[in-house]
Amino acid sequence: MKILVAVKRVVDYNVKVRAKADGTGVETANVKMSMNPFDEIAVEEAIRLQEAGKAQEIVAISLGVTACQDTIRTALAMGADRGILVETDAELQPLAVAKLLKAAVEKEKPDLVILGKQAIDDDANQTGQMLAALLGWPQGTFASKVELGDGTVNVTREVDGGLETVALKLPALVTADLRLNEPRFVKLPNIMKAKKKPLEVLKPADLGVDIAPRLVTLKVQEPPKRQAGIKVGSVAELVDKLHNEAHVI
Amino acid sequence: MSILVIAEHDNVALKPATLNTVTAATQLGEDIAVLVAGHNCGAVAEAAAQVAGVKKVLIADAPHYAHQLAENMAALVVGLASGHTHILAPATAAGKNTLPRVAALLDVAQITDVIKIDSADTFVRPIYAGNVLATVQSKDAVKVMTVRGTAFPAATVTGGSAAIETVAPATDVGVSSFVGQQLTQSDRPELTAARIIVSGGRGMGNGDNFKLLEDVADKLGAAVGASRAAVDAGFVPNDYQVGQTGKVVAPTLYVAVGISGAIQHLAGMKDSKVIVAINKDEEAPIFQVADYGLVADLFAAVPELSKELDKLKAAG
Ligand SMILES: Cc1cc2nc3c(=O)[nH]c(=O)nc-3n(C[C@H](O)[C@H](O)[C@H](O)COP(=O)(O)OP(=O)(O)OC[C@H]3O[C@@H](n4cnc5c(N)ncnc54)[C@H](O)[C@@H]3O)c2cc1C
Ligand SMILES: Cc1cc2nc3c(=O)[nH]c(=O)nc-3n(C[C@H](O)[C@H](O)[C@H](O)COP(=O)(O)OP(=O)(O)OC[C@H]3O[C@@H](n4cnc5c(N)ncnc54)[C@H](O)[C@@H]3O)c2cc1C
Repeated sequence: MKILVAVKRVVDYNVKVRAKADGTGVETANVKMSMNPFDEIAVEEAIRLQEAGKAQEIVAISLGVTACQDTIRTALAMGADRGILVETDAELQPLAVAKLLKAAVEKEKPDLVILGKQAIDDDANQTGQMLAALLGWPQGTFASKVELGDGTVNVTREVDGGLETVALKLPALVTADLRLNEPRFVKLPNIMKAKKKPLEVLKPADLGVDIAPRLVTLKVQEPPKRQAGIKVGSVAELVDKLHNEAHVI
Repeated sequence: MSILVIAEHDNVALKPATLNTVTAATQLGEDIAVLVAGHNCGAVAEAAAQVAGVKKVLIADAPHYAHQLAENMAALVVGLASGHTHILAPATAAGKNTLPRVAALLDVAQITDVIKIDSADTFVRPIYAGNVLATVQSKDAVKVMTVRGTAFPAATVTGGSAAIETVAPATDVGVSSFVGQQLTQSDRPELTAARIIVSGGRGMGNGDNFKLLEDVADKLGAAVGASRAAVDAGFVPNDYQVGQTGKVVAPTLYVAVGISGAIQHLAGMKDSKVIVAINKDEEAPIFQVADYGLVADLFAAVPELSKELDKLKAAG
């Protein structure tokens, strides 16, 4: 079994992003970038399946600027076997990413594709579902447990009321939620080893995919800021304020 | 404008998030159809037909819609898409599971978490954990979008008298099946529909201590929520999580107990009308958004809060 994992380079989750003054986008100059946290979970899951003897090869793929190679190297240092970068400076929206990934899937023929449930920059939560649709594959989104069977995979999903388990025929697609696993820390020797692992660089045109954006971002602005209120000195004062001032209890 | 709203339900009752989505639809136009796809879901269709603003209800009743798996739902919706200018669903786990699949099959973009409708093709949505709002314009023929419930009031559940039309189910795609579910049982209000929420974080220490919060919640008729840290630690189930990657809530009152106020948590609750924070660290970022902050040990403050609520009730 071969597993393809999509890894996205995003602004680190600790950074508090700001809109550019001219409203054209967000400040990304000199901002720390990292692998999307959900994608670390996706990579970790693939590695655990490999360690359990259920998968042979793990391919990590990223789409975007040259620096996405760093993200792929992180996946390789975690344990993925080889990497693919589809390199472009163009803005990639989820449908375009899904189309590029579909082309990569047709080339690589994995049995399982794992993505993060959501990228923490654009918060779209779409790419996996779109890719599954384009491939005509079943999807197990927001996964908190993945159990491979014979020609099937059972995925336990985090849904609004609790958990739901679905059985999917392979090949299938999974998107990782927070509770699927705890990604490992990368060890220094592995970072060195990862440098020697193969990383192929392609262009969208090589895959014959139209990546024209369908949405135009007209402006980007910060929402009105919430002001801090007051500190109360006691529980009694708190209850009094909530009852007599805010009228909420 | 012809708008198709995908109803969220459990074959028995219409979920409240559908009502907020109907309100968003009314801001786009008057020709609003609601699709109820399920199994033995006639009662849901009847309820949807009563909702103010709904002109037509489409019901697709078949065993393979019983659990509304994305593969079958998307195939059905794509078959019904023609003639509609907009396809809307609530931005819930179910809506987010299905709609991107619909959009990809229609070869159009999908717009997630719409919080404001500027015009028929221009919408506002939060990105970067709500730190930034993006105004996006869609160039596609059909706009496929999920609607954030907290940004639109609920449509009234009565006053409508829509016709109910049966639509033929699409063929079962047959690649996925439902195995089982583990739903959290609770008599408390649903998190996204509650007027008051009491949430606990890592500071609660363990799952047992959440009883302190449940006691206060029950006195207030509130729902209980949690931070990611509390869910990860196993104190409470996953469906309690409030935040960027959990549930987005905007109750009248949100009480955060032992929660530091990470941006990912704030993303899920900062539009609440009144925020209360109880935390022993006066530097905790949660105080920057709290209307009323109490610097205290929660293990003393929460039981005291419970007693004060009793006093308030006794005073009538
Ligand atoms: C104001 C604004 C400005 C933008 N500017 C740019 C820009 O300058 N350059 C640019 O490239 N994009 C830009 N974008 C696009 C945006 O950052 C996202 O890449 C795009 O919308 C995809 O959404 P998402 O990542 O939230 O998808 P999601 O559907 O949330 O992603 C889910 C999963 O899909 C996979 N995935 C998604 N994208 C990739 C990827 N590229 N590589 C590998 N795996 C991936 C990951 O596994 C991820 O966890 C901009 C968006 C906005 C709103
Ligand atoms: C990809 C990603 C997605 C995420 N999504 C979410 C999300 O959706 N929702 C979410 O909540 N988080 C999310 N997080 C996690 C977030 O970054 C924080 O780690 C988390 O919110 C912290 O939870 P906490 O406030 O309970 O814990 P902590 O930050 O550890 O805070 C605990 C607080 O309790 C206080 N405390 C401790 N003991 C007491 C006491 N006895 N009395 C009073 N106060 C006490 C402490 O002073 C402290 O402020 C996400 C993170 C990532 C990377």
